[in-house]
Amino acid sequence: MTLTVTRTQWLQDNGVHVAVAALLLFNALFTANFLTVGNFRTQLIQSAPVLIVALGMALVIGTEGVDLSVGAVMALAAAVIPLYLGAGPVVAILMALTAGLAAGALNGFLVAKVGIQPIVATLALLVGGRGLALVIADGQLVQLHDPAFLALGTDDLLGIPISVLIAGALALLVAAVTNRTTFGRQLVAVGGNRRAAALAGLPVDRVLVGVYVICGVLAAISGVLATSRLGASDPADMGLLMELSAITAVVVGGTPLTGGRVRVLGTVMGVVLMQLVRATLIKHNLPDSIAQMIQAAIIVAAVYVARERR
Amino acid sequence: MPTDPVIEVAGVTKTFAGVRALDDVDFTLHRGEIHALVGENGAGKSTLIKVLTGIHAADRGRISRNGRISTIYQEVNLVPLMSVAANLFLGREPRTRFGLVDRARRDAAAAELLSGYGITADVRSPLGTLAVGEQQMVALARAVEADADVVIMDEPTSSLEPREVETLLDVVRKLHEAGIAIIYVSHRMDELYRICDAVTVLRDGRNVHSGPLKDLPRIELVSLMLGRSVTEIRRHGTTAFGEDHHADTRPVLEALDLTSKPRINGVNVSVRPGEVVGLAGLLGSGRTETAKAIIGALPLDHGTVLVAGKPVPHNVKAATRAGISMLAEDRKTEGIIPNLSVRENIVLAALPRLGRFGITSRARQDRIVDAFVKRLRIKVSSPEQKVAELSGGNQQKVLLARWLCTEPRILLLDEPTRGIDVGAKAEVQALIDELAREGLAVLLISSELDELLDGADRLVVLRDGEVAGELEGDRLTREHVLAAIAAEVMDDADSH
Repeated sequence: MTLTVTRTQWLQDNGVHVAVAALLLFNALFTANFLTVGNFRTQLIQSAPVLIVALGMALVIGTEGVDLSVGAVMALAAAVIPLYLGAGPVVAILMALTAGLAAGALNGFLVAKVGIQPIVATLALLVGGRGLALVIADGQLVQLHDPAFLALGTDDLLGIPISVLIAGALALLVAAVTNRTTFGRQLVAVGGNRRAAALAGLPVDRVLVGVYVICGVLAAISGVLATSRLGASDPADMGLLMELSAITAVVVGGTPLTGGRVRVLGTVMGVVLMQLVRATLIKHNLPDSIAQMIQAAIIVAAVYVARERR
Repeated sequence: MPTDPVIEVAGVTKTFAGVRALDDVDFTLHRGEIHALVGENGAGKSTLIKVLTGIHAADRGRISRNGRISTIYQEVNLVPLMSVAANLFLGREPRTRFGLVDRARRDAAAAELLSGYGITADVRSPLGTLAVGEQQMVALARAVEADADVVIMDEPTSSLEPREVETLLDVVRKLHEAGIAIIYVSHRMDELYRICDAVTVLRDGRNVHSGPLKDLPRIELVSLMLGRSVTEIRRHGTTAFGEDHHADTRPVLEALDLTSKPRINGVNVSVRPGEVVGLAGLLGSGRTETAKAIIGALPLDHGTVLVAGKPVPHNVKAATRAGISMLAEDRKTEGIIPNLSVRENIVLAALPRLGRFGITSRARQDRIVDAFVKRLRIKVSSPEQKVAELSGGNQQKVLLARWLCTEPRILLLDEPTRGIDVGAKAEVQALIDELAREGLAVLLISSELDELLDGADRLVVLRDGEVAGELEGDRLTREHVLAAIAAEVMDDADSH
């Protein structure tokens, strides 16, 4: 009995690491050209936007919530950029982040103050946000030509792609916020037992609004990086289904949907795992449709492992 | 009284996670009788009901049921969005010859049936639009219509208006006349004595009394419910300060005219520094609500809370800042954050003060947690142990520590020794004394009369949401408290 409990616990905590290690080993042995710098670069660059969104998602899920609007927020950020790029890349990026902040604040307001369930509140923005993005962009894909802005998505710093560096830095930052700040600990407490947190005098509403704002801003950063890499503002396709990828990574990484726990490293590994699965299948010439089904199987397995112990 | 038992239970024992919820309980319900089932919170009433209805399997003992049982819970468990008629016939709808639900027949039957229960509302309207009392009546009608031989009613009148209570009691009498046996769970003495034939008193999972109700004086019944504590925990006299000392200190907490209908109505409580004031009364008398009103967690119709003479805005944050802390009754849902460590649970409320610029300081946390673990003698393998793994008594100490590190002036303790073992109980009680001696004002709520008599300097007795009496000094006796709770005027009560 105790043995199975501890084993389940161990699997919950370390399953994602084991899976990543196993896939790396498999690819090292059986996949041609896997252990190359070029390949790792590609994998990391492709992972960066998902990771940044997933970090925010992990925080939201830690409060027993969910944010379905992240993909739409990425589209909003993408739509805003060409409007302000004339005033310089810094202004354009700041405006895009402001859009993410506003979207997050709206989500937080609906969840914390109005008391709408997170899934419904953020669903509203999932639908409406992309609509607004398309209105802003007049439904058009806009090619971008500002070299400084495009460098963000294509250039290296110290031999590492800038977007990967940013994603890494944000992961460290989110880990520090979660573990080392009052806000982070209050967040986990609110997710673990909201009534007790309220009775302990914690600023529950403020924490919730803060979490959704962070998630919105992170989604906007991801939208900026993805737009820069694409070299075009494409609000119709930007961040499509990103909410599902992010939730998947968080859950696979061992953060329980029931709240009260945020696993930042697990989330990073969750993103890496899902990326590796796709890369492996593609490199072995399996179609994307198979990849999707395998991803589904992984999600079910992860949720099965993470199910409530009785 | 007919002697034909419809439910017979012998030697039933049920244990949850090491805690005995039922301990060798015998219980007999005869056909057609109205049987009161009483006892304080945690006495085992709900568990007994769940064992009777088969929701829980007993660990040991024999249960025989000779009829269908229907339970009506405190919270109506019907489908609020479906129509009244649909609820009434849920699962046994009249059918047309095509096998479809015959709505016309169903609605007509429902209307006719419900008129017998004094309900004239449109049976096609959603159940949720009816008043709670009416909903309960629908639940009752449903139970009777389902040909139940036994109806279990769990605090059916707790959320009803006086007029609705009368209708409900009429219906209960009708059921009785129809030969249906009823188990009636309630704390309202008046109701019990008006309609019940027999009574069973549970305390700490044991049946401490079963017999006809009318032979049992009210005061005796209350005494049976509150009981003597399981063991003589300790004799301690009153706290260190003398009574006179209290008299000239200004109260640090004054709660005036707290009203939140229908739970509490014009409650006044004051506590001086170093004083332990007990809130006595039966379950549902408004004890917890009074504490919640003081901490700002219960919306008030009116009323004021003063700390050191200054009014405190009515919300938890302001109350906490003013120095009020509350140890909630329900450790699980309102106290511990189960997946956090002992350390994090302790520092939770004091987090902002233990860090700088929003960054937490681990060193300061460790120091304060260490101090409290030692001082409150919390048994943990390490402060990083998950709080959910601790025993009830140690969890309670963790929560006490959480509040103490906010350096409160007023501590509201709601059943601080509930569900913790005897040794830990004595320790928690000794701690309360110690804290009061250090100058903290303590408001102590307990279902155990002895705990209150031993631990409190003064008692405020609540009955039906109102203050039924205030006792101190010579009048701080079991008899006076019981009299106040049972609403009987004692001869000497006025002469003092």
